[in-house]
Amino acid sequence: MRYLPHTSQEIEEMLAVAGVNRLADLFATVPESCRRHSPMDLPAPLSEWALNERMDALAARTAVAPEAKVFLGAGSYDHFIPAAVDALAGRSEFLTAYTPYQPEISQGTLQAIYEYQTLACRLMGTEVATASHYDGATALAEALLMAIRKTERRRVAVSRLVHPHYRQVAATYLRPAGYEIVELPYRPDGTTDLSAVGREGDLAAVALQSPNFFGCIEDLAAGAAAARGAGAMLVTGFTEALAYGLLKNPASQGADIVAGEGQSLGLPRSFGGPGLGMLGTRQAHVRSLPGRLVGKTVDQEGRQGFVLTLATREQHIRRERATSNICTNNSHCALRAVMYMAAMGKTGFRELAALNHDKAAYLKQALAGAGHRIPFARPTFNEFVVDFGAGFEAIHRRLQDAGIVAGLPLAPDYPDLEGCYLLCATETAKRQDLDLLVKEVSQ
Amino acid sequence: MNPSPGTTGLILNEPLLWERGRPGRRGASLPAADVPPSPLETELCGEGPDFPDLSEVDLVRHFTRLSTWNYGVDTGFYPLGSCTMKYNPKTHERQAALKGFAAAHPLLPAPLCQGALRLIWELENDLAAITGMDAVSLQPAAGAHGELAGMLVLHAHHAHQGRQRSKIVIPDTAHGTNPASAALCGYRPVAVASGPEGVLEPAAVEALMDEETAGIMVTNPNTLGLFETHIREIAAIVHAKGGLVYADGANLNAVMGIVDMAAIGVDVIHLNLHKTFSTPHGGGGPGSGPICVRRHLEPFLPVPRVVQDGDRFHLETDRPLSIGRMGSFHGHFGVMVKAYSYIRSMGAEGLRRASELAVLNANYVKENLKKDFHLAYDRPCMHECVFSDERQAPFKVTTLDMAKRLMDYGFHPPTIYFPLVVHGAIMIEPTETESKEDLDLFVAAMQAIAEEARTDPEKVRNAPHRTKVRRLDEVTAARKPCLIG
Repeated sequence: MRYLPHTSQEIEEMLAVAGVNRLADLFATVPESCRRHSPMDLPAPLSEWALNERMDALAARTAVAPEAKVFLGAGSYDHFIPAAVDALAGRSEFLTAYTPYQPEISQGTLQAIYEYQTLACRLMGTEVATASHYDGATALAEALLMAIRKTERRRVAVSRLVHPHYRQVAATYLRPAGYEIVELPYRPDGTTDLSAVGREGDLAAVALQSPNFFGCIEDLAAGAAAARGAGAMLVTGFTEALAYGLLKNPASQGADIVAGEGQSLGLPRSFGGPGLGMLGTRQAHVRSLPGRLVGKTVDQEGRQGFVLTLATREQHIRRERATSNICTNNSHCALRAVMYMAAMGKTGFRELAALNHDKAAYLKQALAGAGHRIPFARPTFNEFVVDFGAGFEAIHRRLQDAGIVAGLPLAPDYPDLEGCYLLCATETAKRQDLDLLVKEVSQ
Repeated sequence: MNPSPGTTGLILNEPLLWERGRPGRRGASLPAADVPPSPLETELCGEGPDFPDLSEVDLVRHFTRLSTWNYGVDTGFYPLGSCTMKYNPKTHERQAALKGFAAAHPLLPAPLCQGALRLIWELENDLAAITGMDAVSLQPAAGAHGELAGMLVLHAHHAHQGRQRSKIVIPDTAHGTNPASAALCGYRPVAVASGPEGVLEPAAVEALMDEETAGIMVTNPNTLGLFETHIREIAAIVHAKGGLVYADGANLNAVMGIVDMAAIGVDVIHLNLHKTFSTPHGGGGPGSGPICVRRHLEPFLPVPRVVQDGDRFHLETDRPLSIGRMGSFHGHFGVMVKAYSYIRSMGAEGLRRASELAVLNANYVKENLKKDFHLAYDRPCMHECVFSDERQAPFKVTTLDMAKRLMDYGFHPPTIYFPLVVHGAIMIEPTETESKEDLDLFVAAMQAIAEEARTDPEKVRNAPHRTKVRRLDEVTAARKPCLIG
C-alpha cells in the first residue's frame, strides 16, 4: 500500500526493538474476548486508477450545471469561485496542518484567521467574530445558547422565517437542557410578525434571519426595538452572506449577536457541507462567546505574531463549564472565505451583490409578467417565493426529468403555502436560462 | 544518520491583508451583466463591507507567503498525540473536487443526487463493518459534534425509557470535549480516576454507577495509549444499572480490524474521519464525526437518514424518536468523499495493517526514548505513548521548552500537558505513515534535546530559535484581546 512505508526488513528490526516477534503480539493487552474474529466486511481495495473510475461514476449521477439547470438556493448558493482561491486554499501547508496550538510554526493559519475575523466583522458589522463554527445552523444554535447564558432566561423566540433546518437544529441543541422555543409567525408581506414579542415575556433572545427563508429583507431595526422592549437580545441569522454586499449590516441595525452561513464566500456547495458558521457580537460579550478566537500579540523580540486566545472559555480548559463543546471547527472554510472576500474586494463584492439582486429581480419580474403570483411584496435579494398554484407538482416533476429544478416546494415546511416555490438566481444564471425557466413553467 | 530536517532559510515578511490593497484594484472577474439593473430601495442599502481591493497577484503572494509559515503533515513528522496526523492522500482532493460532488446542491430531488446518496449509504455501511456496530449517521460535523450527537442519543434513550437521568461517568483521562458535550444535555459529569496501571478499574466504576447515571463515556484505547483491558466488565456494570456505554473513538486508529466495538459492550461510538480516515485537518477543520450505534439505538439517530429502496436511495426525515437535525444539511459531505476514497483504497487488509503499523511505530518510539524520558506507564502501548518531563525538571527544563526546541530540529511537537493525569505530559502518536528513518531522526532529535537539557538548558528554555516568530506573549493576548485589525 503506497501510504505505508515499512519494508518487511524494517518491520523485523522494529519488532525486535519493541521486544516482540510478530505484529499480532503488539496487541497482547487486548483481551481475547474483545477481539474481532473475522475480517472486516469491506470491498476489495482499489488502485488509484480504479478509484478514479468508481468516483467518476458516482459523481456522474448527480445533477449539476451546465447540463442541469438548478434554481435552488435555500441556504446553499451557486457562486463562481476564482481559481486563485482553490489554488491557495489547496496549498498543503494550510490543508494538512493541525489546529494552531503551536503558534511559532502556525503563523500562516493564525494570521489568515485573524484576517478572516477582521473581514467577517466588516461584513456583519460586529466588533468581534469567532474563527468559525460548523455551519449557519449550528452557529445560530450556539448564539441562542449564548443569549440564554447572558440573560439567564430560558425561552427564545425564533421567527418562522428562519430556515426550517436551522430551527430544527436549534431545537436539537436547546430542548435536552429544557429551554423553550416559541415561534413568531409571519406577516402577509413576507416578514416576521413581531407583535407577540412583547407578550411573551422572559425571552432570552429574539431570532430573525435576513434575508429570511422567503428571500425577503427583514426590518432588523424593528426587531431590535422589539427585543429591547422585552429585555431580550436580538440574534440575527443569514444564509446568504453575499446579501451584505448591498444591505445594511445586521449589527448596525441593532443585532446583539449575528450568526450565519458563509458558504457563499468561496465554498463549493458540496452537497451541503462543509459550510462555514459565522458568529459575531460586541466586544463586551467576548468572554461569553463559544468557539475559537485568534488574537494579535508580540513575540519575545517584539515582533508581531498571532495566537489562539481566550482559551479559558473553551472545553480543553474549562471542561463542563465551557461556553461550548466545540473543538475542531471549520478553519479551512474560514480560510477560503477570507481569500474569497479579499479576491472580490470592496468594489467587486458590491458589484457582485448587485448582480445577484438584478438576476433574481429579472426572473421575479418575468414570472410576474407571465401571470404567476408573487405572494410576498417585501423586497428580496437573490431568491423569492412564487405561487405556481395547485397542480404545478406535475410540471415540476416533468421539468426535473429534463434536468431543470424549478425551485423548492414550500408546502412540506409551510403547509399554508401549497403550490408556492422558493426560486433562486445568482450571478451564475444566464439570462437565456432564466428565460427558458419562465417559458417552461408558463406552458 | 541524515541531518535533521530543521534548518535556517529564507523567511519572507508579509503585511496584513489590508495593508497591501489599493482602492480600485481587482482580484476576481465578474460576469458581464445580461439583465437590466434593478436598484434596491435605498433605505435598505448600506455601504457594503470595507474589504481591501487587491490584484490577483497581491492575493496570491499574500497567502502563499503565509502558507510558508505553517507546518503541515506534508512538511514533516507530526507526532501529535490523540490527533492521528497521518498522511492525507492527494487523490482525495481530486475526488472531492469532482463537479458532481463539489457543485451538488444539498436539496436536489432524490432522483437527481443518487451518486451522493449512494456514497453516504456505502460509507455508513463501511464504518459499521469497521467498528462492528449496526447503524451509522454521518451528520455530525466533527468529533465534539459526534459526542454531542451521542449524548443526545443517550438522553433520548433514557427519555424513551420513561425516566431521565442526571449524571454521567467520565474518566479523568478524557478529552475536555467529553464533559462539555455531556453538559449540553444537562448531564453532570462525575469523574472516575484510572487505576495504578493507567486503565479503569471495574470496582471504581461500580462504586459510582447507579440508576441516576446515564452511562459512561470511555475512550478506548485511552489517552495514555493503553487498551482498557476491563472494558467488558465495566460495560456489564453500566448495563446492569440501565446505563449505556459511549465510546470516544478518537483513538480508533490503533484497533481497526482488531477490536469489535459491539463485542466489548459499546452502545454508541463516534469516529473522527479527519483522524483515522486520513482526511486533512485543514488547520482546525472541517472534520467529520459520524456516530455508530447498536441496533436498539438506531431510531434515535439524527435525521435525515439515507434509506435504500431497491437500487435507489432517498432521504428520510420522518423519524419520531430521532434526536433531530444536527446541522444545516447532511453533514460534511466533502469530507465523507475523502474518507470513502481512503477506505476503498485501503480495503480491510490495508486498514488492519495501518493499525498494526501505527502500534508498531508507537512502541518503537517508546522503547527508543524511555532511556532519556520518564515513561508514565511502562507497558506495551497502542498507537501512542505518554512521557513526561520528570527527568528534565532538575535542570529546570519543562515539557513546553522541549516541545518548542523540537521545532528547531524540524519537527512538529507532540501533544503536551495532556492527559491531565500525567504531570508535564508529552504525548506522542507517530501514526503508521511514518517510515523507520523518519522515526529515527525524531528519536535522535529528542535524545539531542535531552542532552541539551543537561548541558545547555538555557538554549532549550529559549527555544524556538529558527522559526518565523519566537515564543509569543499569550498572557497579554488574553488580558487585552486584539481580535480584529
